[in-house]
Amino acid sequence: MTTTTAAPARRRSSGWHGFGRLLTTETKVWMRDFASPFFGIVFPTIILLGVGFFIPGMRDPITDAPPDSVWFGLTPIATFLPTVLAMAVGTASLTVMPVTIATYREKGVLRRMSTTPMRPQGIVASHLIINMVTTLVGIALALVVAELAFGVPVPSQLGVVLLATALGLSSMFALGMLVAAVAPRPSSANAIAMSLYFPMLLLAGLWTPGPIMPDLLRDIGQFTPLGAAAQALTTGWFEAGFPTLQMVVMVVWTAVLLPLAIRLFRWS
Amino acid sequence: MADPVVEVTHLRKTYGDKVAVDDVSFTVQPGEIFGILGPNGAGKTTTVETLAGLRHADGGTVTVLGHDTQRDPAAVKDLLGVQLQEATLHDKITVGEVLHLFAGFYSRPADPGELLDLLDLTEHTDKQFGRLSGGQKQRLSIALALVGNPEVAILDELTTGLDPQARRSTWELVERVRATGVTILLVTHFMDEAERLCDRLVVIDAGRVVAEGTPAGLIDGLDDERTVVVRFGADDAGRARQRLDRLAAEHHDVVRVEELDGTPGEIAVSGTPRVLFAVVPALAEADLVPEDVRTVTRTLEDVFLAVTGRTYAPQEPEPELTTEGVRS
Repeated sequence: MTTTTAAPARRRSSGWHGFGRLLTTETKVWMRDFASPFFGIVFPTIILLGVGFFIPGMRDPITDAPPDSVWFGLTPIATFLPTVLAMAVGTASLTVMPVTIATYREKGVLRRMSTTPMRPQGIVASHLIINMVTTLVGIALALVVAELAFGVPVPSQLGVVLLATALGLSSMFALGMLVAAVAPRPSSANAIAMSLYFPMLLLAGLWTPGPIMPDLLRDIGQFTPLGAAAQALTTGWFEAGFPTLQMVVMVVWTAVLLPLAIRLFRWS
Repeated sequence: MADPVVEVTHLRKTYGDKVAVDDVSFTVQPGEIFGILGPNGAGKTTTVETLAGLRHADGGTVTVLGHDTQRDPAAVKDLLGVQLQEATLHDKITVGEVLHLFAGFYSRPADPGELLDLLDLTEHTDKQFGRLSGGQKQRLSIALALVGNPEVAILDELTTGLDPQARRSTWELVERVRATGVTILLVTHFMDEAERLCDRLVVIDAGRVVAEGTPAGLIDGLDDERTVVVRFGADDAGRARQRLDRLAAEHHDVVRVEELDGTPGEIAVSGTPRVLFAVVPALAEADLVPEDVRTVTRTLEDVFLAVTGRTYAPQEPEPELTTEGVRS
């Protein structure tokens, strides 16, 4: 291990030297697992296509709403789109990322990282980035397919849609990070994540999207991160007005969960 | 003497009520292979993990290359390579990828290609971690500890779980690494490994240093007793026993005869270092020619017995350590 070229002086590392390579290597290795990219990217679109093509009447314009309501003339599958986007936001953040991090903790990868100049935070950050990008790709795919297959209308309030997406991402990734922080094993991370994921999908309207959601579900759902995201997206896409309550709910979830996750995070 | 590379002074570490490290002090000189030897659960791993700045000490000081690793663990990360016990990697990352990845964290990394050669891993560069054998994983683990071109490397239980062949090649490897100028801190519960590799060592038991020195010095420092075992055929065994018993009676200050449970015809004669000189003429005079003569070799296990009063049992159950106090 002799160095033939002039050796640069030893330096005190910032703790992030080599992060670019860490991110690209982690991305490459992560893509070798078929399931993670599949669920994060393709799953919401498959649900969209399945519901659109296999449930009768989803593509027929709504005529039983009052003619002056915003729902009149829309297709049911269009009103399902906010739910699909919320699902995209919830899938990688809750079902993929926590399990990955819990696995790294169990295998001692985080502890091994902390013996190097790279902070172990680097590996957490790289999976936050990987799963955020996955989610955005999943959203883009769902939008393109929704437009091509079902011709959904453009959002009536683009700003509200973008803000709702951003806050949905921040609150769900904060929740996923909390699961990653406290789950002792990959199996427990998966169990906790799934027991949050399915009720949240229910509250986000997977079974009763947009206008047909019962009031009770809507009232509960508006206080959950994913339910609030779906409702804010629905308002931004089809309705008028600003969904203040839902936006505040997502901000509060993020502000509570993220510091808690950082505080409770266990490295080994 | 040069400045010590590692200095541990009155280190103490507890987990709740359990005292993992009670009072451990030692210094490591540049270029040494320094051993930390003891049964499982003695506090060896806690000692080196605290030394590496991975755990908070409850008392005492630890310095590596002059840096206090408790106050400022980041100061030594570029200079210290650590091979942790039971740390694995993602099953799907390849040998080459992980070595290049880790090299990127350091300011003056070793050439990953040279390292792969040194550790006989070149042909496995593209193999995924999950498909490596135990010995290959262990060699990769050592490679990762060395990829930052460290001045000090901590190797924790690096041959546990390896077959005898792989253990011997790992030992040769450690010597090759030391030859490149790296100071090595070797944590092991194998007495033979410590005896074979270490220039100096401490024996740790129940969180305390119970012996310190060179392997040979520790063994020589035991009581001055030596043992010679002679074996006779069935015809001579009885006569030989009588002759040696008479010798013991004449020179009870030098010679003591013991029965051995093992092979028939074997007689053990113990005494001062001059016992061999007494046994040989006595047997020669009576024309008793032993079929076999051997002197009993003392090992570090005898040192452990002498300092603790217990037979060395490396597999004493490891107490469940909490992860409390681990930091990033």
